[in-house]
Amino acid sequence: MLEINNLSVEIENRLILRNINLTIKKGEIMILFGPNGSGKTTLIKTIMGLGGYKIINGEIIVKNKIVNNLSVEERVWLGLGIMYQHPPKIRGVKLYQMAKFLSSNEKLIKTMADKLSLHTHLSRDINLDYSGGEMKRAELFQLILQNPDCLLLDEPESGVDIENISLMGKVLNNYLQKESKSALIITHTGYILDYVKAKKGCVMMEGKLWCVGNPKEMFEVIRKKGYEECKVCHGEKRFY
Amino acid sequence: MEKKDFTKLIDERDKNIVVSSGMDFSGKTRSASFLQQDNKVVLYNSLFKGVEIMGIQDAFHTYPEIRKRYWGNAFAKLKKDYPHDTEGGYFIRVKKGENVTLPIQACLFLKKNKFNQKVHNIIIVEEGARVYLITGCSASRAANESLHLGISEFFIHKDGYLNFTMIHSWQEDVRVKPMSAAIVEEGATFVSNYVCLKPVREVIMYPTAVLSGKGARASFNSLLLSHPGSLQDIGSRVIFASPDTQAEIVSRAVSLGGRIIARGHLKAEAVSAKAHLECRGLVISERGIIHAVPELETDFRDVDLSHEAAIGKISKEEIEYLCSRGMTKAKAQSVIIRGFMNVDILALPKVLQQEIKNLEDKTLESSL
Repeated sequence: MLEINNLSVEIENRLILRNINLTIKKGEIMILFGPNGSGKTTLIKTIMGLGGYKIINGEIIVKNKIVNNLSVEERVWLGLGIMYQHPPKIRGVKLYQMAKFLSSNEKLIKTMADKLSLHTHLSRDINLDYSGGEMKRAELFQLILQNPDCLLLDEPESGVDIENISLMGKVLNNYLQKESKSALIITHTGYILDYVKAKKGCVMMEGKLWCVGNPKEMFEVIRKKGYEECKVCHGEKRFY
Repeated sequence: MEKKDFTKLIDERDKNIVVSSGMDFSGKTRSASFLQQDNKVVLYNSLFKGVEIMGIQDAFHTYPEIRKRYWGNAFAKLKKDYPHDTEGGYFIRVKKGENVTLPIQACLFLKKNKFNQKVHNIIIVEEGARVYLITGCSASRAANESLHLGISEFFIHKDGYLNFTMIHSWQEDVRVKPMSAAIVEEGATFVSNYVCLKPVREVIMYPTAVLSGKGARASFNSLLLSHPGSLQDIGSRVIFASPDTQAEIVSRAVSLGGRIIARGHLKAEAVSAKAHLECRGLVISERGIIHAVPELETDFRDVDLSHEAAIGKISKEEIEYLCSRGMTKAKAQSVIIRGFMNVDILALPKVLQQEIKNLEDKTLESSL
């Protein structure tokens, strides 16, 4: 589904990602851990083709097609979908208008809006005066209507209260399971692990991927000992 | 004059243009209609007994006293002169206490080329009356180098309410100079909505509302789209001549290459005035120019006047966000501009809201 080979990326002439290699198969969910500023968001945004990220080496392959030179929308048409950590406000554009653009299935729009408690938001401008949790729910709502095959989720649970994490987690898991979708999910809190069936996790430090393993075990270690432990154990023992 | 005449009076090929200025030919959704083509008043009729509508000359004939009581008096309050060589225009009077739910429509149409259409309108809303008025000003394709000078005087008496919507639908080389003044008495409200999305050579106007009675309110809202080679110098002024008056001026301007000067002036001449002025502009083309000139002025300390203005290009992040949902850049840009030019900023009555939204969608679709 998604393959990344030797990817190095610069932002404003500063090297951020170094030789990243990553493969996510169909139906596979990969969790991406890592301290702030390690390059996780850069990786997701580069995969999506957003501006400001310059690939200096390597390839991003989606469904056996190199997408390095494709525009953002062309990558969407291929099956990628992103959930922003901090989505912008789109004044004057209603959430319902976007929903209609993403799906012609009126029933699905209604069902998903109900499930994600976004019914009154449909007639509101996208992200304008939304709370943190509302913004995340609206992102997930749009993503499900968009129906991508590979989801790139940048901290889907940050700023969301426990109750809504559970709501979102269930909706997300249901979506991923049902059509065996693939996903790359960034998480700091690890809450999302309780809902999605992820078999693989990896840690990004200083722009490099350090190890791959069972995400729950990895998160336990990170939670107890912090990312310092990753530095210590790197190259000596693995989580798997 | 018969209602059915409306459709027959306008040339088949001009109909779309007239419709694009907000006119309903069937008249079914209107309480009264008026049509002037070039310098001739060709139709007026009212379906509602509380609404009087006629050509201004006929009004002088029927009610000689209005010349003294109203004609030129709004400009006199502003100590401002106005052109006296006008031909035609409408006279509308809504009787005391009448609540007119369907809008009145007035259409000023320029048919001939190189013609100067100069009209003077008088609108009177008597005590406690409520009414919506939509005026569509448009020009045939032939009337490309013509001039339209529309003078309007609004008198909103005590506790009256007037919601005035003006839609301009001109041609590339038409020059337009509306001049208007509104006198808003105690407890009365004047809402003025202005929409100009079609190409035009030049529009210069600075409509002014004088809040002459305690508790009077005014609101000016405009949506402007500027095409290459055009100048839109458009302002709104509110003079707070009585205590406890309120106003709001809101404008959205998009330049596709033309020049927009968005002015606004709030002048407090009495205590406890409260008002806000907001101007947002988007410059789409490198050649586009937007110049926002907000002015606040007070003679008193006890007032609350504020303004905010923001102009710039469409944020790259917003475009990218929409692209990441699968829209092309062009589509994303058009969606953002259409969202920016939101008819919700206009204080439109329900009956007109969808209609004007559809008109706007159609115009923007062909412009972007």
